[in-house]
Amino acid sequence: MSVKRELSLGSGPVIYSYSFKDRWRKWYNYFMLGCLFLLSVIAAVPFLFIVYYVLAKGISAVNWDFFTQLPKPPGEEGGGMSNALIGSLVVVGMASLVGIPWGMGMGVYLSEYKSTRTARILRFVIDLLISAPSIVVGIFIYGFIVVRYGFSSYAGSAALLLIMLPVVAKGTEEILKMVPNHIREAGLALGIPRWKVIVRIIIPSVLSMCVTVIMLAIARIAGETAPLLFTALGNQYHIRNLNEPIATLPVQIYELSKSGFEQMEQQAWAGAMVLVLFVFFINFFTRTFLFFYKKDKMKPFQKRK
Amino acid sequence: MTKKPNLVFISPFLSFLKRKQEKRDIHIQDRLFYFFLKGLSWSLIFLFFYMLIVIFQMSWPAFSHFGMKFFVNAEWNSWTKNFGALSLIYGTAVTSFLALLLAVPVSVGVALFLNELSPAWLARPIGFIVEMLAAVPSIVYGLWGLFVLAPILRDYIQSFLSKYLSFLPVFQGNYYGVGMMCGGVILAIMIIPTVSSICREVFRTIPESNREAVLGLGTTRWEMLKIAVLKGSSTGIIGAVIMGLGRALGETMAVTMVIGNAISIKASLFEPAQTMASILANQYAEADNELHLASLTAVGFSLFCLSLIINILALLLVWRMEKKFYPKGNSKKNNVLSLRKVKV
Repeated sequence: MSVKRELSLGSGPVIYSYSFKDRWRKWYNYFMLGCLFLLSVIAAVPFLFIVYYVLAKGISAVNWDFFTQLPKPPGEEGGGMSNALIGSLVVVGMASLVGIPWGMGMGVYLSEYKSTRTARILRFVIDLLISAPSIVVGIFIYGFIVVRYGFSSYAGSAALLLIMLPVVAKGTEEILKMVPNHIREAGLALGIPRWKVIVRIIIPSVLSMCVTVIMLAIARIAGETAPLLFTALGNQYHIRNLNEPIATLPVQIYELSKSGFEQMEQQAWAGAMVLVLFVFFINFFTRTFLFFYKKDKMKPFQKRK
Repeated sequence: MTKKPNLVFISPFLSFLKRKQEKRDIHIQDRLFYFFLKGLSWSLIFLFFYMLIVIFQMSWPAFSHFGMKFFVNAEWNSWTKNFGALSLIYGTAVTSFLALLLAVPVSVGVALFLNELSPAWLARPIGFIVEMLAAVPSIVYGLWGLFVLAPILRDYIQSFLSKYLSFLPVFQGNYYGVGMMCGGVILAIMIIPTVSSICREVFRTIPESNREAVLGLGTTRWEMLKIAVLKGSSTGIIGAVIMGLGRALGETMAVTMVIGNAISIKASLFEPAQTMASILANQYAEADNELHLASLTAVGFSLFCLSLIINILALLLVWRMEKKFYPKGNSKKNNVLSLRKVKV
C-alpha cells in the first residue's frame, strides 16, 4: 500500500507517493547505518582483546624477581628482565637526550620560519621519515655505525633517535602553530629579539603541551623492536659498558617468545605487560591532559570573533 | 653648485641593497638562532639522503651480481649463494593486500560513524580505542598474534574455511594458524588506526554546506553520506588507503612473528611465507657471507624506495584533496604578520 498525497502546484495535482522504493530506501538507510556502527565496534574489539590477554597472561608472571633478577637459562624457574629494563631505559634515555633538543629545534624552525624553502623540504622529509619502515633505519645504522664500531648501545640509541626526531619535530610544530600570531607580534613590538620571543614567550606558553608530545614520542620509541635487532642486538647480562651490545625490553620479548619454553613465554608476556602499561599510561595521561588543557588554558589564546 | 652623481645605472642594485637591509632583523642573535635551527634542519635532511646513499652502497654488490633478475628469482639460499626477492615480494603483496581488504571497509566505516553519526559520548571512547590501537607496540601485536590469534584462527576460522571453501585455491592445504592469513589479519588490525584517522581528517575537509545541500534534496542519511561525503572525498580515501598500504608494507615485528618464516610461493593463505621486512628481522644479524648481507640490504633498499614512492603518492593525493575545497583563500594562511616578509 502506498500512501498518496496530492499537492496542487498551480497546474494540476502532483501525485507524491511513498512507494515501495521509498520504504526500501528507509530500511536500507537503517541497515547501512547499523553496519557502520557494527564496523566501529569491530574495530574496537581487537584492542580490548589485546589488553585483556596481555594483562591476564602478564600479571601472573610479574613479581619482584621480574624487576630485579637476570634472565635464567631455559628450563630453570624464576628469573627476571632487569637487564632489559635497564637497557631500554639507557637506550631510550640517550636517544631522547639528543632527540628532544634537536627535534624541538626543528619543530621551532618549521613553525616560526614556516615559509622558507628549508622548512618546506624538511616538512616533506619528515613526512617521509615518519612513515618509513623502522627496520630500514636499523639497516642504515648498521651500515653507518655498527660496521665500524660494532654492536653497541650507541648504535641502538642512534636508531631510536632517527625514529624519534621526525615525531618530535612534527609534534612541536603542530603545537607551536596553535600559539596565535598576535602573541609573537606583541613580543616583537616590544623590541624583543625574535629568538627571545620564541624561547622565552612562545615555548613557555605551550611548554606543557610540548612535554606531552615528547612523552608520546618516547612511548613510541620505547616499543620499537625492529631497528634494535641488529644495532643494540641483545645481552644476557647487566650493562657494564656502553660500547657493548645491550639488552632492551622489546628485543628481549622477541627472543623469549621465539624460545618455545613455557617459562620464557611467561616472561615475554610479563615484559609485554610492562611495555603496554608504560605506553598506555603515557598515552592516557597525555590525552586527558590535552583534553582539559585545551578547554581551560587555551581560552585566552582564542581569537576574538 | 655641486652636481649629484647619476645613479640611474646602479639604482636597481641600490634598491636591492636597501630592501635587503629592511628585511634583516635588527639583532645579531636572531641570525645566529636562525642559522642554528637551519643547521639542525639541514642535518636531518642530509641524514635522510645519506641514509639512501648508505643503504644503496651496501646493497650494490647484490644488484651488480644479480642484476634485475634479483626481483624475479624466487630462490633464497645462502648455501648456493643464490638470492632473489620474488618470494618475499609475493609474501609482502599478499599480506598487505589481505590487510587492506579487511581494514579499509572497517576503517572507512569507523571514520564515517565517528565523524558523521555517533553522539559525542559514544564517539569519544571508540575514537580513543581506535587511536590507542596505533600506540600498541608492534612486538605486543606479534606476541598476541602468535599465542592468541593464531590458535583462534586455526581452530575456528581456518578449519571452517578449509571445510567449506576448499575449492578455492586460496583456502587449500594444511593449516597451522601461523601463515599469510594470520599476518594479513594482524596487519589489518595495525593499519585500522592509520587509515581511519586520515579518513576522518579527509571527511572533515568537506564543507558542512555540502552535506546540508544533499540532505535538502530529500535523501536519507546514508545516501547523504554516500553522495556528499564518500564521493566527495574519494581522492582522500584513496590517499588514506595508500598510506595504510605503506604502513602495512614496512611493518616488521608483528608479521615476522606470525607469518611462519618460510621462503615459498604458494597460493594458499594458510601457508607460511616470508615478507620483505620479516626476512630482514630474521636473518640480518646472522648473515653468513657478504653476498647474503648485500642481498638482505638490497631487499631493505627496495622496501625503502617502495615506501617512499607510496608515501609520496599518498601525500600528493591528500594534498590535492585539501586543495579541492580550500583552493587559495585558506584562512590559515592570511595572517596579519606573514612571516615570509620578516624573515632573516
